Amino acid sequence: MTEQQPPPPRPTSGPPQPSPLLFEALQAPGPTDPDPADDSAEKPGPAETPQRAWHRLLRAGAPRLTRANVLAMVLAGALGFAIIVQVRQTSLEGLDNLREDELVRIFAQVDHDGQRLADEIRGLQSSVDLLESQSTNDAEAQRAARERLEALGILAGTLPATGPGIVLTISDPDSKVDAPTILDTVQELRDAGAEAIQIGDVRVVADTWFADTDRGMSVSGVEVRPPYVIRAIGDANTLAGAMEIPGGVTATVRRAGGDTDVQIQQEVTIDALLTPTPPQYARPVPTPTPTP
Amino acid sequence: MIPAIGLSLGIIIGLLLQPAVPVWLQPYLPIAVIAALDAVFGAVRAILDGIFDDKVFVVSFLSNVVVAAFIVFLGDKLGVGSQLSTGVVVVLGVRIFSNVAAIRRHLFDA
Repeated sequence: MTEQQPPPPRPTSGPPQPSPLLFEALQAPGPTDPDPADDSAEKPGPAETPQRAWHRLLRAGAPRLTRANVLAMVLAGALGFAIIVQVRQTSLEGLDNLREDELVRIFAQVDHDGQRLADEIRGLQSSVDLLESQSTNDAEAQRAARERLEALGILAGTLPATGPGIVLTISDPDSKVDAPTILDTVQELRDAGAEAIQIGDVRVVADTWFADTDRGMSVSGVEVRPPYVIRAIGDANTLAGAMEIPGGVTATVRRAGGDTDVQIQQEVTIDALLTPTPPQYARPVPTPTPTP
Repeated sequence: MIPAIGLSLGIIIGLLLQPAVPVWLQPYLPIAVIAALDAVFGAVRAILDGIFDDKVFVVSFLSNVVVAAFIVFLGDKLGVGSQLSTGVVVVLGVRIFSNVAAIRRHLFDA
């Protein structure tokens, strides 16, 4: 194309091309080709030198305020404006002007990404479920362990306890109430459902022992003197009734010359504590840890 | 010289304003730009040929733009918009090349 000679000027007269082929269109001069009538007059000869062409171009480009220059400037300005606008628009456009295979490739990529992310979501969700159930189990086990610790602490006397119960006062002016009587009283209270018992300032637990001394009695080695104040937590009416059984605690104390006084209280506080001693010989039988 | 100033001015204005192309104009603007470029190169060649006429330039510029847009519009209506756009771009591109070749022959004698 670039090696072709300039197209010959059209005939000054004659019918228009009946069927302008593409070749004709390619060969046609620019849209500014003037009327064929002007052609013959101004068409430069083939002998024109490049110097003359440059001169002509410079002369045409000289800044003259003619109508042609003003119009050319306006149209050129519009062209530059349109070019910039279109370039920006093209750079902004997304998928609009992509070809079909590119769109298919992008779609497949997006589909693949979506599946991968969905798999990731499933994995993370299962992790969340696992962790949640584990933390729930942990909290449950911790709560059960705490309840068990409290129950055992009250049983073993390592925790203070409070609740409804009775305060039993045994007066012994003749020092005739002996240790077996007190032991019977404790047994009676246990039978009646006492959950925590305290004699004087001594907590009564499983290995508490009683012994007579000269001026009172020894409860697990701590001297307690009359009147003996026994606090017991449990069903208050049942405890009080257990003290009044015929031939029971009250009768025995009275036979020994003493007297009993039972006070039912809604709030009995047992605050004597024991320090548990580890067993010297007994060992717990190892049991398999229950698995959830 | 003055058209070059106008071109620069238009580019600067476009860069400063950064306008968005209206949707109805989007299919036609690229073709219109190519058609206008064809008119400009044709004008330069006409200057070198000594046959430049400002009236012809203005009319050819505007008619090029309008006809190119109309062809694309018609192609859209007929369902062959993209093919027709490609055809218009090919024809205009070939014309631009031939005009540039003529300009080159004038200026460099080669």
